[in-house]
Amino acid sequence: MTIGLTHLLVLAAALFGIGTYGVLSRKSAVMVLMSLELMANAVNINLVAFSRFVTPEAMTGQFFAVFSMVVSAAEIGLGLALVLAIYRQKRSVELEEFQELKG
Amino acid sequence: MTDSLPAVAFWLLAAAALGGAIMMMVTRNVVHAAFWLMEVMTAIAGIYLLLSAEFLALVQVLVYAGAVSVLMLFVIMLTLRRREDAIRSFEPGWGGAALAALFTGVILAALTRFEPTIALMPDVAPGIEEFGREMFTFWILPFEIASLVLLTALVGAVWWAGGGERE
Repeated sequence: MTIGLTHLLVLAAALFGIGTYGVLSRKSAVMVLMSLELMANAVNINLVAFSRFVTPEAMTGQFFAVFSMVVSAAEIGLGLALVLAIYRQKRSVELEEFQELKG
Repeated sequence: MTDSLPAVAFWLLAAAALGGAIMMMVTRNVVHAAFWLMEVMTAIAGIYLLLSAEFLALVQVLVYAGAVSVLMLFVIMLTLRRREDAIRSFEPGWGGAALAALFTGVILAALTRFEPTIALMPDVAPGIEEFGREMFTFWILPFEIASLVLLTALVGAVWWAGGGERE
């Protein structure tokens, strides 16, 4: 059985689903950020797979994946800095503690 | 390179990635979850290698398996007061699970109807030299903007995380 584009897409969809579950269900801010990284990686797999199968010469998807990595690295750095800043005020990283905006 | 991916390597890497992701959700220890995330990232780097994206595989190992995981571990260690705090209570989150399962199911159902126009992998795959040349000619403007984004994020992260006695 040959491995085709669909296999990679299914793998990426499954990883993305697990990441979605983590983002929606975890109560620790750090775990939510880790699940977000998982989702970003699943998207990158899609980009690279399409690039390899559809436009292998142009490598467009690979460049998109590089820039997506840059953005998600920036996002994770800022997110973790935010977690640290909030931790300094609340002494906690539980998302349930951050409810100032709740009406 | 033949016209398809090496099946054994693909299945091994896919199992490693999926298993690691599931273990990351199953484990109740946050530190263990960070290490499982590192394992998933490394398996994905292997998949990039299979797709002949050597540069991306290197960046994946350096940035995700290296820097991001270590950053995660640092924040986990800095925000734990006691060792026991790493063990979290069981959080199934059934609502979130249902939503995620629904979403994944829809995508998988769509994929069963998806017939790729190119079923077989094209033979030609430019190497890392071609990648670098493209990066610094055609993609030079996005590259510079990406550098600016990273610089801004660096300054912002230092501003937020550092300087506790500012206020």
